[in-house]
Order: sequence, then C-alpha cells, then structure tokens
Amino acid sequence: MKEAKDFILLENDHINANYSRLRFTPADGSKLPEILPGQFVQVATSTPGVFLRRPISINDVDTVNQTIDLLVRKAGRGTEALIALPERSHTNILLPLGKGFTCEAPAGAQLLLIGGGVGVAPLLYLGKALRAKGFTPEFLLGARSAADILELDEFREVGPVHISTEDGTEGEKGLVTQHSVLKSEFHRYYCCGPAPMMKAVAKVAKDNGTECEVSLENMMACGLGACLCCVEKTVKGNVCVCTEGPVFNIDQLTW
Amino acid sequence: MANLSVNIGNLHLKNPVLTASGTFGYGEEFTPFIDLNRLGGYIIKGTTLNAREGNDYPRMVETPSGMLNAVGLQNKGVQYFIDNIYPRIKHFDSELIVNVSGAKVEDYAETARRLAALDGINAIEVNISCPNVKEGGMAFGTTTQGAAEVTRAVRAAFPKTLIVKLSPNVTSIADIARAVEAEGADSVSLINTLMGMSIDVERRKPHLSTITGGLSGPAVRPVAVRMVWQVAKAVNIPVVGLGGIMDGRDAIEFMLAGATAVEIGTANFIDPAVTMKVIDFMEEYCTRHGINDINEIIGCI
Repeated sequence: MKEAKDFILLENDHINANYSRLRFTPADGSKLPEILPGQFVQVATSTPGVFLRRPISINDVDTVNQTIDLLVRKAGRGTEALIALPERSHTNILLPLGKGFTCEAPAGAQLLLIGGGVGVAPLLYLGKALRAKGFTPEFLLGARSAADILELDEFREVGPVHISTEDGTEGEKGLVTQHSVLKSEFHRYYCCGPAPMMKAVAKVAKDNGTECEVSLENMMACGLGACLCCVEKTVKGNVCVCTEGPVFNIDQLTW
Repeated sequence: MANLSVNIGNLHLKNPVLTASGTFGYGEEFTPFIDLNRLGGYIIKGTTLNAREGNDYPRMVETPSGMLNAVGLQNKGVQYFIDNIYPRIKHFDSELIVNVSGAKVEDYAETARRLAALDGINAIEVNISCPNVKEGGMAFGTTTQGAAEVTRAVRAAFPKTLIVKLSPNVTSIADIARAVEAEGADSVSLINTLMGMSIDVERRKPHLSTITGGLSGPAVRPVAVRMVWQVAKAVNIPVVGLGGIMDGRDAIEFMLAGATAVEIGTANFIDPAVTMKVIDFMEEYCTRHGINDINEIIGCI
C-alpha cells in the first residue's frame, strides 16, 4: 500500500561532492511498507525554487532497523537540496511507488545487473533480494573513471563485480557494452543508468537473445499515475513510467 | 459545525472542495491517501469521444512555483470510460464529474449525450480551454462565438448540471463567461492553465515536446483570483474557482473572490492528501470566524 509519511534522516553520507547516500526511517516509529527491488519514492523538499517532489530509486532497505537508503546525485536544485539535508531533519516521502524488477528466475539462473553512474542505486537492493532467493547475481558497473564508481564495497559483498571505466582506471577500459563479461551467457540482464547506456545494453540483449529489464527515469510530477506526464511509448501505447514502470522488459518498449 | 454544503445549479455538494481534471486521475489513484467520500466532488481526467494517445514525451517541466504540462488529453475515449472505469468508481459518495473535451462541436455533444445516460453522473465539466491540443480545446474557448457554440450543443445533449471550464488565455474572460451563461451553462469553472513556455538554455531546446504548454501551480494563483472575481461579478451563475490552490487558505481566498466551489489541482501532485486538509481548514475557518454557513463568505469582496 502506498503511503505518504514523514521520515527522519538518520545519516547523510556525502560520498563525494556530487553524491550522497541518505538513510531515512519513519518519524513515527511505524514499520515500512513492503518495498520491492526497483520501486521508487517521491521525496518532498521545502527549498525555495523547488516545487515538485523528486523521484528517487531505492538503494537499499533494512527491514530490521526499518530504514531505507536513497543514493542521490546532484542533478539540479531539488537533488541539491536533498543532499544538503541535515541529519535528524524531517522529510515527507511517498512510497513505495511503481513496479519493480522481476525477481523470479529458474534455479541457478545466471543474472547480470548492469549499472551506470547513479543508476547503480536500485541494483544493490535488487542484488540482495536475488541473493536471498538463492541466486548469485553478478554486477557490471560502468563509470567514467574509478573514482565515479559508487558503493563498490557494498556490491562486492553481494556478488562478483565487473567494472568498465571509460578512462581505464579500473576494470576494463571502455563502455559496459564492450565488457568481456557480456560474452558469457546470462538468463537475464537488469539495467539501470543513463538512457543511451540502457539503449545500448538493450541492443546487446536483443542481439544475443537475453531477456532484459531496464529502469526508466522519465520526468514525472505525481508519481501516482494521475498527471500522465512521465509517459513512455510502448507496444501498448503511451504508459505512465510511475505506475507501469519504472522497470520495463525491453520487449515492451519501442527502442 | 458550520454548513459547508453548496449548490452548483442543481448539483448539491456536501462541501465546496472538488479536484481539478487531469490532476486526480480517476480518483482511485488517491484512495491510499484520502477518503474520497469526503470530497464535495471529483472531476476526472479529460474525456474525448475517441481514444487519444496525447502528446510526445517530454510533457512536463517544473517552473518557478509551478509547472508546465503538455499532456494533450491522453485518454481511452468515453466508451472505454463508461464500460471499464465508471463501474469501478461510481460507488463513491461524492459527486463524480467528468471533464469533456473534443476536437469538434459534435464530438463534445456526443460525449455528453453518452455520459447523460449514466445515473451516477450528475454533472459534466466542458473543457473549452485545453492549450495542449491542436484542434478544438482552447480554440473554442478563446472566442465568445466558439464558447457559445460548444455550450449550445452540449446543453442540448446533457440535461444535468453543465459546468464550462474557461481559458485564461483571452482578453476578457468575463465576455466568454457571459456568452456561455447565455447558452444555458449552469456554472463556469476557471481558470484552466495559462499558456507558457520554457527553454533548456544548455541544449537550446524547448523543455516540452510541444514547445508551449499549460502553466499551473501557485504561480498562476493571483491571476486566477482576479479572473474569478471579475467573472463572478459578470454572471449570475455560480463560479467554480481554481488555479494554484495549495491549501485551505487559498481555497477561502477564491471563495471570497466569488467562487461557490473550488478545484484543487496541481497541489495533489505534491501532497496527495491536500484535499482533506482543505476541507478541515474550511471547518476550522468557519468556527474561528463565527460563520454558520460557508455560503456567507462567497463573493464578499
């Protein structure tokens, strides 16, 4: 069930000048609703010049301590305000929103989670969920440079990590779509990152016949399927990314 | 407790709070957050005779104290609504009002005729003010002749409460309101969005696929309050006020300017429970000001 509630910011971990990991817990001590990997939240800000909530994917969920983590990249005024939030401050969050990744697969299926930039965010929680189901997910993380790879230690705790950097400072030099791990067979790719990267991965998936899910981040206002602003063209026509996605199987898209 | 009920023509509302079309889906989207039965009414998204895919993405951009949208009346058509959506939402104890749009006068009339047959629908809001469609929409709402023509056709097809939603993108909104009143409209609602535009200066491209779009949110509120005040003085039918209402105080402002009821729009995107807070505020406001009946404050400016 979707809820709008006040959360307390427990930790604001400034990873670097442009990224922060925010850990929230419900302010009233209530339990978190069930959150599926790939779902997102809408975070309100009270900063002048910022009007709408900001959709942010869920980086991790801790059901023992009732916390959610959001990995935020400074992209504009809204996300800048989120990154600047002081610890202990209260923020209204709408959650959980959208449909997540498919976590079902045949036993022993090889699963590759491909992330670029801040797009790695939902893959950590997804990876943990897949592991809990008995899979050994592998990660392929792409970044401009070694310093831009986020949460590498956390990913390594979940499964094998392959890396592509454009400047070759870590892992293989080049784009994720050029990485040698893609020569191996996988049951499914899960991909989240900049649109050009997701489209390139989708092409690789189509070429080698691998199932592929991508997480879109179209601009949205409500996050509830009411405003019809975040639509993506699909084989079924325009659909709301906030309710029919953000995760789509690429065979539903017109890419 | 003060009486909050108001009448729009023959339509009785338990309180003056409605939701603005296009910001509230079909109501169901908001049931996790509010008790829909508490609303005076809910106006669902723009419905046309035939299905429409709407405009290309991107359709929205945030602007100072508001947003521009260019959705373009995406909907599955009136018959789909009647067959698939209406049965799911008709049970709410709140007036279900359908917003009707069209590219041709006959389309408006036919859509209204089909809705008139539904027992659970006592009112429609006719949209002659959508700035985001190439044909129809605002084209009808920017001339007195066009507005009158649509109203006349819909009036003949729809015997129940007829509200006509006006465009602010005109020189004299009072003239349009009078033209609509003369053709038998029971009420006018205003304002629809103000036509606007925003450019991404780094990419040197418009933010919206349609270049221009409709501005909503508190940025437009003073314009809307002024227009409601002007129209309320110009016509004898009840006025429904909207435009950037974010809380109960804003809603009262519209009523003081002359609105009998209000619509909450863009605010639903930021706080999906805002409508309940507006109703609560109205009750509290009346108590605090010793008002027995909220009708007392309508148009007292």
